Amino acid sequence: MATKPTFSQEISNLLYASHGKPLKTCIQCGTCSGSCPVVDFMDQTPRRLIGMINADLKEDVLDCNTYWFCASCYQCTVRCPAQIDIADVMYAVKRYSIWHKTYRDDLVGPTFSETFVKTIVRSGRSYEPLLAPTYMFSMGIKEVLQEAHMATQMMLKGRMPVLPTKIKRLDNFKNMIRRIIPMGGAK
Amino acid sequence: MKKFAYFPGCSLEKLALSYNNSSVETSRMLGVELQELEDWNCCGATTYFHVDQLLAYTLVARNLAMAEKEGLDLVAPCSACYKNAYFTNKYIKEDADLAEHINYALEEDDLQFRGKINVHHVIEVYANEIGVEEVAAKVTNPLEGLRVAPYYGCQIVRPKHNGMDSENPQFFEALVSAMGAEAVDFPERLRCCGGSLIMTSRHAALDMVRTLLQSAVDCGTDVIATACPLCQVNLECYQLQVNDEFGTNFKLPVLYFTQLLGLAMGLPPKKIGIGSELVSAAPFFKKYLSKQVS
Ligand code: SF4
Ligand code: SF4
Repeated sequence: MATKPTFSQEISNLLYASHGKPLKTCIQCGTCSGSCPVVDFMDQTPRRLIGMINADLKEDVLDCNTYWFCASCYQCTVRCPAQIDIADVMYAVKRYSIWHKTYRDDLVGPTFSETFVKTIVRSGRSYEPLLAPTYMFSMGIKEVLQEAHMATQMMLKGRMPVLPTKIKRLDNFKNMIRRIIPMGGAK
Repeated sequence: MKKFAYFPGCSLEKLALSYNNSSVETSRMLGVELQELEDWNCCGATTYFHVDQLLAYTLVARNLAMAEKEGLDLVAPCSACYKNAYFTNKYIKEDADLAEHINYALEEDDLQFRGKINVHHVIEVYANEIGVEEVAAKVTNPLEGLRVAPYYGCQIVRPKHNGMDSENPQFFEALVSAMGAEAVDFPERLRCCGGSLIMTSRHAALDMVRTLLQSAVDCGTDVIATACPLCQVNLECYQLQVNDEFGTNFKLPVLYFTQLLGLAMGLPPKKIGIGSELVSAAPFFKKYLSKQVS
């Protein structure tokens, strides 16, 4: 009987094309955390997150906001002395949590990603105003007003897209996507 | 005239139209034609990799395959698009298995990608393909006395590639000097602007923008130069919200490096999208124009 892979193995398997070194080679030096511009806003530092994955603390890893607060800036990746691609690990945990629907309700990241992807799959292009509703709900009234004010100014300067654009060979494009992932009834 | 397949990316259609126009116009002045890729699709920005890696590579590969069909190298002005295109190109070339999966999907659009082209960022074309001296030779209205902060951000220099110096790059400074302006010593030039966190983790992103603006002000910057639409929008358009949030009073113009270079080469401001700023570049113009007159 095949043994069930551990959480750290599952995450490692998701690093498909990443050319980084295995997570197990982490020496817990903290260079990643020290280089991270978002660390002050994370529940767990990048160093701790790698340690937690290696210790198979699945629930704790999925429960923290760290990977959704990663800005994909690669500062950790270029500096890690063990050559681990930490930014890619963050992506892998994001994918894991989206597939398993284990992300926290109070985070905007997952809904934003899903809406973004659906927009591309339907039109071949992304379109900012369609994305707005996915993050507006998380804001207080002050932030909504700030956003609206900014949107108006952008509009006046001709910088807001009014209509979404579509690529021309959209049918081919959708069939191409179907060869990679079955989309079910999605149109 | 040297020709490239040009992939503008979604934000350049409207949000960063000024970057689009200034890239095309300045490139033409430098003897480079940017021929827009026909029927290009969104490359997934930084978001697509959250969902499915293979699909993300496939989306990018469609654009690469169309460029290859034209027999041209691909050029992107957006740092996120550039990073996606650069690494997808590299991985497909190195991994026959990945290439096979992707080409199977591309058949649906009568395309195939053989891995015969290279990928460049516009700034890299200017700095390496054309060369800083060549650029300097085309400058007719040097931006003398202007203090410009060259803001690299992340994805032109990271992850490491192409022998790029990711800790101490100098090509942006060299380009600013070629424009006749002064490149200020901007300590946070490589620090992330927050990218798409502005939409998902707003408070963190505003704080990141504030750090950058403060650093630029502290080193006496007149204008920040960027090479990415995400960086430009975060640093410029969210400046007002940073002021609201933190009680600061930033009023720092943020222009694309192609706009600054266009001015230095004597292009009319309107042609390179000057005038669509939310943070007025008028103080910058005053300084620049006064030098012009004197
Ligand atoms: S920088 Fe690398 S080795 Fe050091 S703690 Fe982070 S992941 Fe581990
Ligand atoms: S890639 Fe993510 S974890 Fe790494 S330094 Fe940047 S924000 Fe922090």
